[in-house]
Amino acid sequence: MNSSLGCGLVLGALACAVFGAVVGIGTGLARRDSGTPWVIRAAVGFFLCMLLANLTMVWALVSHDFSVKYVAHVGSRATPLVYTVVSLWSALEGSILFWGIILGTYVLAFALTNRGQHARYLSLALGTMLGIGVFFAFLIAGPANPFSPVSPLPADGPGPNPLLQNHVLMVIHPPMLYLGYVGMTIPFGIAVAALLRGDLGEAWTATLRRWTLIPWTFLSVGIILGSWWAYAVLGWGGYWAWDPVENASFLPWLTATAFIHSTMVQERRKILKLWTLSLALATFLLTILGTFMTRSGVFNSVHSFTQSDIGPTFLVFISLLLVFSIALLSTRGQMVAAEGKLRSPLSRESAILVNNLLFVGITFTVLLGTLFPLVTEAVRGVRVSVGEPYFNRMAVPGGVAVLFLMGVGPMLPWGSANPQLVKKQLLLPTAIGIAVALACLAFGLRGFLPILTFGLAGFVGTLTLRELLLPASVRIAEHREKPWTALLRSASRARRRFGGYVVHLGMVMIFVAIAASSSFVTHTSGTLRVGQSLKVGDYGVKLVGFQTGAEPHRRWKAANVELVGRDGRAETLAPRMNFFERSTDPIGTPAVRSSLFGDVYISLLAFSDEERTATFNAWIFPMVGWIWWSIPILVLGAVIAIWPARKSKVARLGTPQSSASDRVATADADRGAA
Amino acid sequence: MTTSSRNRLIAIVSILVAGGALGFIAFGNLGKNLVYYWSPGEMISKGNQAYHATIRLGGVVQAGSLKWDPQRSRLNFRVADNPTAGAVSVPVISTEVPPQMFREGIGVVVEGTFDKTGVFTSNRLMVNHSNEYRPPKPGEQPREWQKTVSEAASSTARTQ
Repeated sequence: MNSSLGCGLVLGALACAVFGAVVGIGTGLARRDSGTPWVIRAAVGFFLCMLLANLTMVWALVSHDFSVKYVAHVGSRATPLVYTVVSLWSALEGSILFWGIILGTYVLAFALTNRGQHARYLSLALGTMLGIGVFFAFLIAGPANPFSPVSPLPADGPGPNPLLQNHVLMVIHPPMLYLGYVGMTIPFGIAVAALLRGDLGEAWTATLRRWTLIPWTFLSVGIILGSWWAYAVLGWGGYWAWDPVENASFLPWLTATAFIHSTMVQERRKILKLWTLSLALATFLLTILGTFMTRSGVFNSVHSFTQSDIGPTFLVFISLLLVFSIALLSTRGQMVAAEGKLRSPLSRESAILVNNLLFVGITFTVLLGTLFPLVTEAVRGVRVSVGEPYFNRMAVPGGVAVLFLMGVGPMLPWGSANPQLVKKQLLLPTAIGIAVALACLAFGLRGFLPILTFGLAGFVGTLTLRELLLPASVRIAEHREKPWTALLRSASRARRRFGGYVVHLGMVMIFVAIAASSSFVTHTSGTLRVGQSLKVGDYGVKLVGFQTGAEPHRRWKAANVELVGRDGRAETLAPRMNFFERSTDPIGTPAVRSSLFGDVYISLLAFSDEERTATFNAWIFPMVGWIWWSIPILVLGAVIAIWPARKSKVARLGTPQSSASDRVATADADRGAA
Repeated sequence: MTTSSRNRLIAIVSILVAGGALGFIAFGNLGKNLVYYWSPGEMISKGNQAYHATIRLGGVVQAGSLKWDPQRSRLNFRVADNPTAGAVSVPVISTEVPPQMFREGIGVVVEGTFDKTGVFTSNRLMVNHSNEYRPPKPGEQPREWQKTVSEAASSTARTQ
C-alpha cells in the first residue's frame, strides 16, 4: 500500500518536473511569458507530490511497514521514535527522497516570492530548477527507489547506522546541510536564466544574491554542526580531518563565499559579471559532485552507504551539467560584458578580487587533493589517499591571507583610496594586532602560525568593529540619538553591510578557535585500574568505577572518571561505549567538559571486566567550543543581511544615491556594500 | 598598445603565473603526502619503494600473533593478507592502545612506515567497521554484539 502510493507520488513529481522544465525553458527561450503560470503550477505540483511522498515514507517508517524496501533497510522496532523519523535521511535512498522535498520547497518558495516579477527570467529560471528536479525525481523513481516492495516480508529490520543514532546533532546536521546543498540549485537556475536570456539586470542580480545567501547560511551552519558531530560522537579527538565527505561540503561553501563577495563588485562597479555567474554555476556543480562523492560509495567514510548503482547516473549528470555550463558561459559570455573597469589596486574591488582568487585557489587545491585518489585508482589502479598534511599546508596559508583581507577589504573605499588616509586608518588596528601577538608571546605561547592568526584576529576584529560602529557613532554625535537607537538605525540603513560585518566577526572567532585548538592541544592515553589516575595537562583523570545501562535500542557501559582540576575541584565524567542491536562493533561516546577556555575530552577506548581496567584517550583542546558557538553570530549576521528591504528601498536600489543629502547616508553609501 | 589593454595583459599574465605556481606547489605537496593502501603481500612485492613511504596496511590480525604490553603500551601483532594459516604477513609494532573490538582475526588498517628490518611501525590503528547500512545477511542473527563483546573481553584478557 505505502509502496505503491509512494511510487505513484514520485512518478507524479517526475511528471510535474518534466512538464515544468519543458514549458518553462521552451516558452522562456521563445521570449513569451504566457507559460509562466503553468510553470508555477508545475512547481506547486512538484512540491505537493514530493511532500506527500516524504510523508508516506515517514508514515511507513513510523508504522514499521517492512514491505517497503527502505524501511526493511533502515527501520527497526527497537529504534526510538525520533531516530525512526530521522532515518528518513540516514541512508542513500531516503536521503535522495529528502533531497526531493527540500528542492520542492525551495522551488515553490522561489516561485511564490517572485511571482509577478522578473517576467523576462522567471520561466527560464523555474524551468531550469525543475529540470534539476527531473534528474532527482528520476533517481528516486528508478535507480534509488526507496519504495520498491519487499518480499518475503521481514519481521524486523536492522535499524539505522548506530553512528547516526548516537547523538541528537544527527537530527539537525543533515537537514541543515541539505538546505545548504539543495538550495544552491536556486542560484544555478537564476544564473542560467540570465545566461540563456543573455543579460543580467540589477533586480535579477539582487535576487541571485539573496537566494545564494540563504543556502550559504544553511551550508555554513551545516558544516559547523557536522564538525561538532564528528567531535562529539566519533571520539577520535578532532572535528575536521579533510575527509572527502567534509571536503564535499566545504568546496561549494568556498565558491559560494567567493560569489557573495564578487557580486558586490559586480553591483558597484559593473565588472566581474561573467566571473560572478561562473561562481554561481561552479557552486552548484560542486554540490552535485559532492553528492556523487558521498552517495555513490566511491569513497569510504561514515557517509558512504553501501555500494550503489547511482554512481554512473550521477557521472552522466555531472558531465551534462559541466558541458552545458561551459557552453553557456562561452556562447553567452559576451552578452554580459563588463561596463566598467578596475581603477586602482588600492580599493575595495581589488581586495575582493584578491579574495576571490584566494578562494578559488583554495577550492582548486582541496578539489585536487580530494579527487586525486579517484584518478590514480581509475588510471593506474593504485590505491592511495592524500594525507592531511597536504590539505593543511595548502589551505592554512590561504586561510590566513583571507583573514587578513577580511580586515583590509572593508576598510578600503570603492574606486580608489587615498593612501594617506588608509595609513591613518590602519594605525590603531595594526597596533592592537601587534599588542595581541605580543601578549600571546608574553603568556608563553609559541608558534608562528597561531601567533600570526591571533595577531591578525586582533587587527581584523578592531577594523570590523570600527566599521560596524562608526555609522552609529556618527549618528550619536550628529543626531544626538541614544546608542541603542543609533546602532539599530545604522544597521537598518545598510543591512547587508552590517550583517556582513557581523558574519565577519563570527568568522574571526572560528579562525581563533581553530588556531588555538589545533596548535595548543594536549594528548595523553593510558590504561588505568580502578583507583589509578593519569595526568593530562593540568588535570588528573582518575578511574573510579564502571556503570552499565540499557535503552531500547542499545546497551552501554560507562567508565566513571573523576576529573580533578588545578584548583583541586573534582568533577565526574562518564565516557561510555554503546552496543547497538545488530551491530557488531561498539560505538563510543566521549565525555566532554566544556568551558570558555577549552574542553577536556575523554574517550573510552577499551575496558576489561576481569581486570577492572579501562583504557582512555584524553585531550585538552583550548577554545574549541568557539567554533560551534559562532553559529548564532553567523546566523544573526546572515539574517540581518537577508532581511528584505522595504519596497521604497527596493525602488531606490537601482538609482545612484548621489542626491542623498544626509551625511550619514552618504557615508554609508561610500563605505558600504549597501 | 593602450594602457588598459596593457594592464589587462599584465593582469592575465600575473594570474597565469600565480595559477601555475599554485599548481606546481600543490602537485609537489601532493606527491609528498600520498598515503598508499597496500596489503602485506603487495607491500613486500614493492621492494625498496615501500620503505619510508606512508602506508595504510590493510589485512587481518593473524591468529596467535597478538601481544600487548600495557606497561609500555606497546602492541605487537602480525597483519596477514587473509585469515588462512600460511598467508603472507608482516610484523607490526604499534604504540597506540588497541580499541575495544581489536582482536585476532579482525580486519585492520594500520597507518605507518615499513623499514628495512621488515617491521611495520604504526602510529594509527583502525579497525574495519562493519556498520554499513545493509540488511542482515542470511544466517546473521540479531544481538550478535553480545558474542562480540564477550569475545573482545576474553581477547583483551588473553593478551594481558
